[in-house]
Amino acid sequence: MKDRKNKPTAGKSNTKTAKSANAGKTKSVKKTIAGTTEIKIAKKTMTGAGILWECLEREGVKHVFGYPGGAILPAYDALQHSKIHHVLVRHEQGATHMADGFARASGRVGVAVTTSGPGATNAVTGLATAMMDSSPMVCITGQVGSKLIGSDAFQEVDITGVTLPVTKHNYLVTHANEVARTIREAFYVAKSGRPGPVLVDITKDAQQGKCEFDWEAAKPQLPGYRPDLSPARKEYEQALDLIHNSKRPVILAGHGIIISGAMREVREFAERAGIPVAMTLLGLGALPASHPLNLGMMGMHGEAWVNHTIQEADLLLAFGMRFDDRVTGSLKTYAPNAKKIHIDIDPAEINKIVKVDVPLVGDLREVLLELLPHVEKIDRSEWMDSIDKLKGDSAVRDIQNLPDSGHLYAAHVINDLWHETRDGNTIVVTDVGQHQMWEAQYYKHERPRSLITSGGLGTMGFALPAAIGAKVACPDAEVWVVVGDGGFQMTMCELATIVQENLKIHIAIINNGYLGMVRQWQEFFYERNYAATPLLSPDFALLAQAYGIRSATVSKRSEVIPTVEAARQHKGPMLINFKVEQEDTVYPMVAAGSALHDMIRRPNPIVETAEDE
Amino acid sequence: MMNIFVVYVENKPGVLTRVASLFRRRAFNIDSLTVGRTEKPEVSRMTITVDADCDQARRIEANLYKLVNVLLVENITHEPAIVRDLAIIKVSAAHEARSHVFELVDVFRARIVDVAPETLTVEITGGEEKIDRLLELLRPYGVLEMVRTGIVAMRRGRTASDGASTIYGAEQGVDRDDVAQSV
Repeated sequence: MKDRKNKPTAGKSNTKTAKSANAGKTKSVKKTIAGTTEIKIAKKTMTGAGILWECLEREGVKHVFGYPGGAILPAYDALQHSKIHHVLVRHEQGATHMADGFARASGRVGVAVTTSGPGATNAVTGLATAMMDSSPMVCITGQVGSKLIGSDAFQEVDITGVTLPVTKHNYLVTHANEVARTIREAFYVAKSGRPGPVLVDITKDAQQGKCEFDWEAAKPQLPGYRPDLSPARKEYEQALDLIHNSKRPVILAGHGIIISGAMREVREFAERAGIPVAMTLLGLGALPASHPLNLGMMGMHGEAWVNHTIQEADLLLAFGMRFDDRVTGSLKTYAPNAKKIHIDIDPAEINKIVKVDVPLVGDLREVLLELLPHVEKIDRSEWMDSIDKLKGDSAVRDIQNLPDSGHLYAAHVINDLWHETRDGNTIVVTDVGQHQMWEAQYYKHERPRSLITSGGLGTMGFALPAAIGAKVACPDAEVWVVVGDGGFQMTMCELATIVQENLKIHIAIINNGYLGMVRQWQEFFYERNYAATPLLSPDFALLAQAYGIRSATVSKRSEVIPTVEAARQHKGPMLINFKVEQEDTVYPMVAAGSALHDMIRRPNPIVETAEDE
Repeated sequence: MMNIFVVYVENKPGVLTRVASLFRRRAFNIDSLTVGRTEKPEVSRMTITVDADCDQARRIEANLYKLVNVLLVENITHEPAIVRDLAIIKVSAAHEARSHVFELVDVFRARIVDVAPETLTVEITGGEEKIDRLLELLRPYGVLEMVRTGIVAMRRGRTASDGASTIYGAEQGVDRDDVAQSV
């Protein structure tokens, strides 16, 4: 029986046999006439579809997020022989966001699968989101038969052309014998160097066609791909010189720390050199929020003292961040007296926005390991004291410290949520807008990968599907979705996915009846002309019930903690509709194009009251 | 300033689109781009001229390297190099004009490749300036049609592998050397 199975079958092979056997690994032991035992690796004839799943398994994939359709049907047919768990999404945008959330929560490559044409184009937003935030992802799309390409066939779209600028690399596979190497290359490219999404478009005939499967022979062949750059010796020396001679340095801690796994090294570096650390949005969690050197978030909605610190610094150490316009404000006035050291794995980021004095191109962790032994312990208490003074009246202006007005504020909800869940293994996944900034300000992240949010692309609709990906990657984590009433309605179809997959995910809708961040811009810059920002929503609590999801509506602060606790105790998912103050504003705010130190602040209640009198 | 890049790429479908798309996406303005075969069947060679300052040129180089199919990038703007453009120019040339055109062609070491009753067709290779100057002199006779290839360029003396430059002083790992040799 076994022998027959492993015999290389000529011509028509029984597809079931071909797919079910663990090809390539299978060794057939055959007694020769002389009685000696001869071991040979059986090369298995498999379909392209079978090879696809086999390769995904060998790449360590256990879950994929997808949606079937005509051009990807051969692959779905072969899925039955694979151990891989398929999560059926409700919209392909959800598939790529889930793969992204999976990748951000785990550090492993997330995988999305869609059909050709509309399936593939629906996935594009998720690819662009992952591209902007350097998230490793492989997206498999079906394509019409190779003979039909270019004929405007049903559900044909040139998806490699469409996704060229929003993928790290992409492939069109037209033969079964290209599948194995392409998948191996796709995973390698997606996760190495600066990670990013890779799309693999596989024609229907490439999925159906048969060929010999040989994993070893399908090694990646990427002669032009060099993810392994490292700085020159003299650049290390220049960097150390700048560090040791600076009196007012500050570290700008970005997403690269988490991607590189350099949390310990950054902490050690900061502690040893006595340098305070300012965080980007995606850097949050790279250094515990409670660490005495952690100043908090910088940028457009960063803390006022953090932005002032950057403006007064004489040295910026950019660690895995890319000087996004949301963190620099006007470049003309950005950190005018500071020298700059930029550590980044992507040479194309050097001098892109901000001219730097010393670039160190390489993996952040490796670069820091090189630097660390030479970093001198320097007492910078004077600098730290002056930063403390910069905090000024910030605490007085903080909404947490204002007297209870009877209104429910988003900041209160976030603060209470943090208070209740901070000791657990919690992952907060946010959408984009005001609630995202309040989350970043008031949820104090202690661990890396405990905040998942769309930074660079600012993709509304990201939160719910990304949370599903995060929960699948980390089933033991407590996953909270923090989402606005606008963004939630963009991808709320994925509630059904939560139920079908039986995932305990909690959803906190910060519902202010507006597209809040846009409304805030209209308030500040468009004379309160609230064009198209008032937003009608369904009764979210009722909606959740329709999906069989437990729900609650909260409009008083006293109800926040008990409801959060109820959600945590409940064995399934729960949706909480927090009806918050409608026209609240995220403070501080650096208007787009303004200097980083030029912030619109929440009014100081004491000064205001005094003036009123 | 006009920069000249020599870019070695894998000879695969779609690579030209990737390179062109990169320039469009990053808003770098291509002046000319030529692509063709090399001494190795698996490698194609592009010569790209682009108007860019020093920082932009470095970013272009770094961005080109981010394309998986790009094997090697040389900025030969400041290197001794052979730089050639090719033009075919159809000039209106009847009667006495004809001999004038012949003379000009002779002086410029160009060639007449087609003779018709009312026209002469001139082929010229050389630096862009040389072609521009001939064109200027032919214009009064009436340039009816013209095509130029855009420049191709090659560094003098050293081969590409000697010239494997470093981006931002970054030292390349083993991979880079392998690539240089394979190119």
